[in-house]
Amino acid sequence: MRRIRFWGTRGSLPVALTAAAVRQKIVTALRGASGRTFASDADIGRYVDGLAFPVAGTYGGSTSCVEIETGGPDHVLCDLGSGVRAFGQAALARHGPALPQTYHIFMSHVHWDHIMGLPFFTPAYIPGNRIFIYGSHRWLESALRRQQDEPSFPVDFSYLRASIEFVHLEPGKPHAVGDMTVTTMLQRHAGDSYGYRFEANGRSIVYTTDSEHQLGDLAQTESFATFFRDADVVIFDAMYSLADAVSIRADWGHSSNVVAVELCQMAGVRHLCLFHHEPAFDDHAIDGVLADTRRLEEITRTGDPLRVTAAYDGMEIEL
Amino acid sequence: MLETSSRQFADVVVAAPTGRIDHQSAAQFEAALAPLVQGACSGKGALVLDFSGVEYISSVGLRALMIAAKQLRAGGAKIAVTNLRPVVAEILAISRFDRLLGVFPSVRGAIELFSAAGLAAFDAAQPPPAR
Repeated sequence: MRRIRFWGTRGSLPVALTAAAVRQKIVTALRGASGRTFASDADIGRYVDGLAFPVAGTYGGSTSCVEIETGGPDHVLCDLGSGVRAFGQAALARHGPALPQTYHIFMSHVHWDHIMGLPFFTPAYIPGNRIFIYGSHRWLESALRRQQDEPSFPVDFSYLRASIEFVHLEPGKPHAVGDMTVTTMLQRHAGDSYGYRFEANGRSIVYTTDSEHQLGDLAQTESFATFFRDADVVIFDAMYSLADAVSIRADWGHSSNVVAVELCQMAGVRHLCLFHHEPAFDDHAIDGVLADTRRLEEITRTGDPLRVTAAYDGMEIEL
Repeated sequence: MLETSSRQFADVVVAAPTGRIDHQSAAQFEAALAPLVQGACSGKGALVLDFSGVEYISSVGLRALMIAAKQLRAGGAKIAVTNLRPVVAEILAISRFDRLLGVFPSVRGAIELFSAAGLAAFDAAQPPPAR
């Protein structure tokens, strides 16, 4: 495994920047440039690169879709949220439609925001491509077929001309997929969800989204710490504050940045990546969660530092 | 090792845990709070937590606080957390628990808000100022 690339990082519902938000970014950037002179476009570029991320960039609004570049010819993805549309276009641009490709797609669960991209995943319509869809839900195939039934969508699942195979993964049992060992873990979420641990060439990645943690259950906490143990990267659902997750949003099936830091510290994780961002949050709010999380890691650190980032659409993590 | 002492001032219970409230000790903290919550509810009074001796609180400890707060509110009583060390104050702010619980700089300030009888009893129990 070489690299993680995020195509969709938003939770629950796709969102887009509003005109007002773009305008505010421009106002802030121009205010910062007041009185400066720029000798060239490169000079302007350097100024822009020095701006805070919520001013010069955006976390994006596509729903869950994460690519793991293995270094092999096959493509590996987690979830089929709306971000998979852009991934599919990029894959076609890179390889062209004539050269058959193989895609391995690991599904956390089949809630809408995690499957809605499949009807817009162009490689699925191209004969010769092979798609393996892995998961631990017995209704995985029926859920994906059903979302393309009339009257919900005009193009039936049968129009997907790639070879599509569904592979059931037994939770807790390691499975060999290419050069990787893949293990799933049952998580607390309405209708269940599954976390994934990917291991290859001494590297490990944990993808754990749509997962609520029962704070009073120490055995469960230990199980997650074991699942995360010594991972290079943990991609973690940190949608809510801890206060919301245990009060007004208890049983909504999501977790917090506080629990993320605690579990990763317990497990000796090297890099925590906050994921599945609250759709109501703008770029400044997500950036605030990131700053808070880094500070929490700093003031509670007892061992090696834990690197903390917040995923954004287009972000890459080198392994 | 977590220890929790408590004192009664009229209808206000002041409890002072000392140590770390983490995954190992949170159950002990929850158990220590249970009778104090009951006592505060039976008198429709308040539970004031003096956190000056708390070095750290984890998510499980915060959950114990939230359970106590819920029980107290349901029982017509109140809760406040006071005297936070800087690290614990930051943890409460980052977790947004400072929005769920009343946070006060001092025990006296919290009692003053909750109960005149409690405040009188608290003040009467303080040592006279040194001359």
